[in-house]
Amino acid sequence: MILVKNIVKRYQTRNGYHTVLDGISFSLKKGEKIGILGRNGAGKSTLIRLLGGIEDPDSGTIRRDMKVSWPLASKGGFQGSLTGADNLRFICRIYGVGFEDKMRFVEEFSELGKYMHEPLKSYSSGMRSRLAFAMSMVIEFDCYLIDEAMSAGDARFRDRCRYELLEKRSDRSIVMVSHDHRQMRQFCNVCYVLQNGALYRFDNPDAAFSYYKNAQ
Amino acid sequence: MKELLHSITVQRRVIGALLMREIITRYGRNNIGFLWLFVEPALYTIVITLIWHYTRAGRITSLPITAMAVTGYISIQLWRNIVGRVKNAVSVNNAILFHRNIKVLDVFISRTLLEVFGAFFSFVVVSTIFINVGWMGYPEDTLKIILAFLILSWFGASLALNLGSLISRFPIFDRIWKPISYALFILSGLFFIVDWLPPDGRHIVLLFPMAHGLELLRDGYFGSMFTAHYDIGYAAICCLGMTLSGLLLLNLTGRGWDAE
Repeated sequence: MILVKNIVKRYQTRNGYHTVLDGISFSLKKGEKIGILGRNGAGKSTLIRLLGGIEDPDSGTIRRDMKVSWPLASKGGFQGSLTGADNLRFICRIYGVGFEDKMRFVEEFSELGKYMHEPLKSYSSGMRSRLAFAMSMVIEFDCYLIDEAMSAGDARFRDRCRYELLEKRSDRSIVMVSHDHRQMRQFCNVCYVLQNGALYRFDNPDAAFSYYKNAQ
Repeated sequence: MKELLHSITVQRRVIGALLMREIITRYGRNNIGFLWLFVEPALYTIVITLIWHYTRAGRITSLPITAMAVTGYISIQLWRNIVGRVKNAVSVNNAILFHRNIKVLDVFISRTLLEVFGAFFSFVVVSTIFINVGWMGYPEDTLKIILAFLILSWFGASLALNLGSLISRFPIFDRIWKPISYALFILSGLFFIVDWLPPDGRHIVLLFPMAHGLELLRDGYFGSMFTAHYDIGYAAICCLGMTLSGLLLLNLTGRGWDAE
């Protein structure tokens, strides 16, 4: 269970403070899968980072009673000058899991071939996404935070993500940010629209999408 | 209690992983690798010593010039490199702070440890070379040398903790640090021993903990050849105060994340 209570997050800009999240509350039970919709700059990634514990809210509390992943995004979380294999080794050490058997899974899932031993900076965004996703599957979490991590991949990659997340790990929770209507419908049972710092709940993704379209 | 033990285990694991990663990213696999950790500072020290050796500096004083240069340079290298590596660690490591169990302090600690090990090994290697060449005698008191290393490392680490926290939130401190670092560089005693100074000068220089550290280091090396001036207790209290203020600042600045 994740319990979010009244969180506020502000950032300093040249013209004073900009409030990104303004008193947001919600809860996420084990196994629940929620999607977050919102325009660019609405604060979706900020919310994900707060859930992941990378930043702290300015006020309010976040209680995590389950193991929450790091935010899976197309960038962040990895060292560009290190190879894919080195990054995997680093992640395994950080989270205290063995390395050898994980390497096989990541190689197979990411289909990086010899690029596994090249620095990350030489990767395309699709390759990065595949590696990032594979690495987060190596560590077992109760809740996965996904910040548009699948948008850079092709259809085959998305199918594999769906299999890993929805079939093999159907009991886990997901918090997902995406602009893709179909993906949202596939992954989530509850949808939130983030607008002007507030969160609006919809019990099915279609209703959320139609609200979101009209609001724009 | 159980929670504390668990978080200590996690922290040890994280620092270990960070150390491995630092070694790979800094020294690479295609370079001469890990060896560079010792070769780089050793080369610096040798160049400085040679310059000193072949200019007139050697005739002014009866002190062992090579030992003077080696101890002076290593001491500066120790705390300056710690500060240099740690002060921008947050912005450089933004990407890996994505992982909740990596704390900013872990990044600071791992970078500090690597610098301390590096400086110590380069000190040992360089000293061994010069002792064998015959430019330098054997150290007189190993315990004092180790103690000096600890004090200088502590000074570097606590200074870095303050600066690193401040810079993560207010980058302007990076610029303010530069003139301060030059002043500390001169005051630390790279080119002199405290005993040469007039009383007023001694008083000013001994306000700074790193000067005490260097005097102690030289006392351990060739203490029978000069009168050393230092106060370990004073240096330790300064470092302790700086450590506490640094931890407080770190706590206030949090993860220092730059909103993109």
